[in-house]
Amino acid sequence: MQVNFEELFLSKIDKEIKIEPKDWMPEKYRQTNIRQISQHAHSEIVGMLPEGAWITRAPSLKRKAILLAKVQDEGGHGLYLYSAAETLGISRDEMTDQLLTGKAKYSSIFNYPSLTWADMGAIGWLVDGAAILNQVMLCRTSYGPYARAMVRICKEESFHQRQGFEILLVLSQGTDEQKAMCQDAINRWWWPSLMMFGPTDSESTNSDQSIKWKIKRKSNDELRQQFVDMAVQQIKVLNMTLPDADLKWNDERKHYDFGAINWDEFWQVVKGNGPCNKERLDARKKAWNDGAWVREAAIAYAEKKKKSLPQPLQGGALKTA
Amino acid sequence: MLIKKYYYGDYGEIEGGVSSNKSETEFPLWEVFIRSKQGLDHKHVGSLHAADAAMAMENARDVYTRRMEGVSIWVVESKYIHASNPDEAESLYEPSMDKVYRHPTFYQLPDEVNHM
Repeated sequence: MQVNFEELFLSKIDKEIKIEPKDWMPEKYRQTNIRQISQHAHSEIVGMLPEGAWITRAPSLKRKAILLAKVQDEGGHGLYLYSAAETLGISRDEMTDQLLTGKAKYSSIFNYPSLTWADMGAIGWLVDGAAILNQVMLCRTSYGPYARAMVRICKEESFHQRQGFEILLVLSQGTDEQKAMCQDAINRWWWPSLMMFGPTDSESTNSDQSIKWKIKRKSNDELRQQFVDMAVQQIKVLNMTLPDADLKWNDERKHYDFGAINWDEFWQVVKGNGPCNKERLDARKKAWNDGAWVREAAIAYAEKKKKSLPQPLQGGALKTA
Repeated sequence: MLIKKYYYGDYGEIEGGVSSNKSETEFPLWEVFIRSKQGLDHKHVGSLHAADAAMAMENARDVYTRRMEGVSIWVVESKYIHASNPDEAESLYEPSMDKVYRHPTFYQLPDEVNHM
């Protein structure tokens, strides 16, 4: 009997059985996942930059240690995701190359500058908060390695958001200047955070394959609404305001209505005209190029050691485990 | 049909972007197994690139045990792992399907001894 691979694949999706690396999958499913997972990975790596800029300027040793740990987590998240993408047949070098040559994108939010210490708080609360809503949904994505990477990431991510909120909380109870700094950071990060969920649903409804394949489980607007409803409650604790005059409870929808998003700005930043697009990519290129000699030396050293070691010692790992 | 997608993690292609596709020497891929505490098996947690076993071990420590997730690490180069073929899953595992007598619940015993 001829097995119809496509039907088998769809029946797995239907029955909530995860797709694993060696399973048959439509080429488009593979490509969509490669693109999404690798760009998600790039976002984690580029996302280290706005916060990395504040490690040396953190106001205390405690804050410095926390920020270091958070940025290190993001490096780890990038790695989990790159590994998941590699199971689909793309190499790490290819992905790095796509980022550095500008073929692959990453989340536009990281093309905004981090101007003050309060931005570390706003990024944690709003940017990580928006990311978490997406990532919690992605824990149930249909591709096994991606889902597993997301579960690991979500476990670590909640500390990121909580530390961000705490930074803002401390500032919100500080001097007038600190309060102003807190409000200013919220004002600047609020709208770009709403844009993180992507264009409104009516703009991308053409037979949504990603939803059918259960790569994505909720629509952009659903997630955005969820985020707004949460933030409206949380900002009260800070005694600050969200920079949106149209924000108000809608008793019919049982949700908060919010103002129009500036999609022109969104597409400008996507197209490379954001405040920091060039700076971010230059930083990544520099890191990659400056690290070249280290990679070469490590390979040379590994080869030299392989030659000089007697064979039996090479597989010694298990014995000492 | 063009699907205009723009989702979290999927930001579409950049028009005119080129990939040079250079094949630089890449560090080999390693699989990482972690024992979360004494008495439990090592469990696969993920993979990473490293030039040699020592670097793989250090990277595994940094990447997979930042929150005390493990007390022991195994790393093995991915190329040494042989995996079963999912296309053969049916013929591989089907024979055990009809051997329900391998399970204790198959046997109906009198109540007096039913906790056996």
